[in-house]
Amino acid sequence: MSESLIHLRDSITSGETNARAAAEAALDAAEKLNDTLNAFLEIDRPGALKRADEIDALTQSDKAALPLAGTPIAIKDNICVRGMQTSCGSHILGPYHPPYNATAIGRLLDAGATLIGKTNCDEFAMGSSNENSGFGPVKNPWDTSRVPGGSSGGSAAAVAAGIVPVALGSDTGGSVRQPAALCGIVGLKPTYGRVSRYGLVAFGSSLDQIGVLARETADAAAVLKVIAGRDPHDATTADVPVPDYSALLEKDVRGLRLGVSRALLGEGLNDEVRAAVEKAIDAYRELGAEIVDIDLPHAKYAIAVYYIIATAEASSNLARFDGVRYGFRAEDAPALRDMYRRTRDEGFGPEVKRRIMLGTYVLSAGYYDAYYLKAQKVRALIRQDFANAFSRCDAVLTPTAPTPAFLFGEKVDDPLAMYLNDIYTVTANLAGVPGISVPCGLSTEGLPIGLQLLGPNWSEATLLNLAHKYQASHPLNSQPRIHA
Amino acid sequence: MPISEADIEKIAQLAHLEITAEERRVFAPQIAEIVTYVEQLNEIDTGAIEPALGGLTPEGERTESSRRDEVQASLGQKLALDQAPDPANGYFRVPKVLG
Repeated sequence: MSESLIHLRDSITSGETNARAAAEAALDAAEKLNDTLNAFLEIDRPGALKRADEIDALTQSDKAALPLAGTPIAIKDNICVRGMQTSCGSHILGPYHPPYNATAIGRLLDAGATLIGKTNCDEFAMGSSNENSGFGPVKNPWDTSRVPGGSSGGSAAAVAAGIVPVALGSDTGGSVRQPAALCGIVGLKPTYGRVSRYGLVAFGSSLDQIGVLARETADAAAVLKVIAGRDPHDATTADVPVPDYSALLEKDVRGLRLGVSRALLGEGLNDEVRAAVEKAIDAYRELGAEIVDIDLPHAKYAIAVYYIIATAEASSNLARFDGVRYGFRAEDAPALRDMYRRTRDEGFGPEVKRRIMLGTYVLSAGYYDAYYLKAQKVRALIRQDFANAFSRCDAVLTPTAPTPAFLFGEKVDDPLAMYLNDIYTVTANLAGVPGISVPCGLSTEGLPIGLQLLGPNWSEATLLNLAHKYQASHPLNSQPRIHA
Repeated sequence: MPISEADIEKIAQLAHLEITAEERRVFAPQIAEIVTYVEQLNEIDTGAIEPALGGLTPEGERTESSRRDEVQASLGQKLALDQAPDPANGYFRVPKVLG
């Protein structure tokens, strides 16, 4: 369905269509395209139809009170939804069927959404190409020989291909924004503490945030409003009021200052991406924004900092997968320690093992100060860089990813080359600030390119406003080859 | 930093991972390359810098995160054991602890 979530919701509340028809269209498209895209690990037709019927049974005025009434949404398979599986793209989870909803899921359901299924992802959200899923990679709907990005690749492909208007993903180092860029859609990572992590399977706890993927910025705004806010189940959610993002989308961007770091548009950036981002900078000038030069002197160290902190946190978080309480257990181990080791060897894929080992190494006796503590200090410098930049501008503008979607197999044997895909996105997670990726054109091969806007803490309304104004004046006017 | 296959085996032991000889052979140079890459941080003088611990924003730091100590419903034994690979008599059963 190429309809926007907001339009669909209005059609449902006005009685022009109903939740069941909307759910059936999404389920049909998900099922039809899954052989080609592999975007879904579970499609819950009975659950979604039951839910849609409940919405349709409401009175007109009850329906009108629901901000997402009857709208189909897909959920990354590392966020717990009661009644569906949670595999995190890993064989070690079994799959697990969580007995509770993540807070973000409970809020979507309370707002009237219909959840149609769980989307494929890199195992435990570790990857930038989806090639690390234990259940085969997701294909990019623009070109199925290319990666959709990662780790929320299934969510990005499902939205880009028109199966659902919106999907949830998670972003630890770019896992919402980078696949959004590679699939030609919008991807928002909120400020750390904006959306509850309760029910999101932990990867790097000081970096993880649930984010929104959508074709229309306005749809991302409507969904963020629903899922954001303090949650007693996640002590790291902040007590900060949630603005009405949708009401602020049309604000004039004239006079807003956009910071551009020339150093970030230099070496290592694909020429077509650079040209598209330069054009977007001109477009913002035409919209009345002011472009100012800024410097993020420690951004070049962000990948090094990230791959110490994220792996250290992952090695600790993933210790819970031990074959005792849920999920997979290796058979016939003679003693407990053998059972742990075999379960984890057979259950985890290579990238997860690599990161657990790297994290274990940087935290191990004698190395903690040299790696982990050092990385935390440079993380403080990166935060200071952003604070300095935001004293001079309202948002920082960068590319989202250094290249358009690459081919399957291109980087899979070279972990470091794969990590460098995240060069523009990891800084936001290290600093805790929000970021959004917006499509800003196609390459000569017809592949989408993403523009990233990063703002100060709690500036999602400004980022959505800037993204919406750009998208409204510069729509992609093109859709992927594989489309519902 | 050179990392040998023996180092990889030691790290795998610490991480409770049983890895094969083939995995050791593949992981050793990959992890060594990543460790060498992250050592570029040594270029930066961080002597006077306070480390950023955790991910909280200043507003997050100020948010009162304690709650009243009230009894609330929990999962309960049945649900907690529902997906255990080997539940027995209300417990999680595991292989013997001492080999």
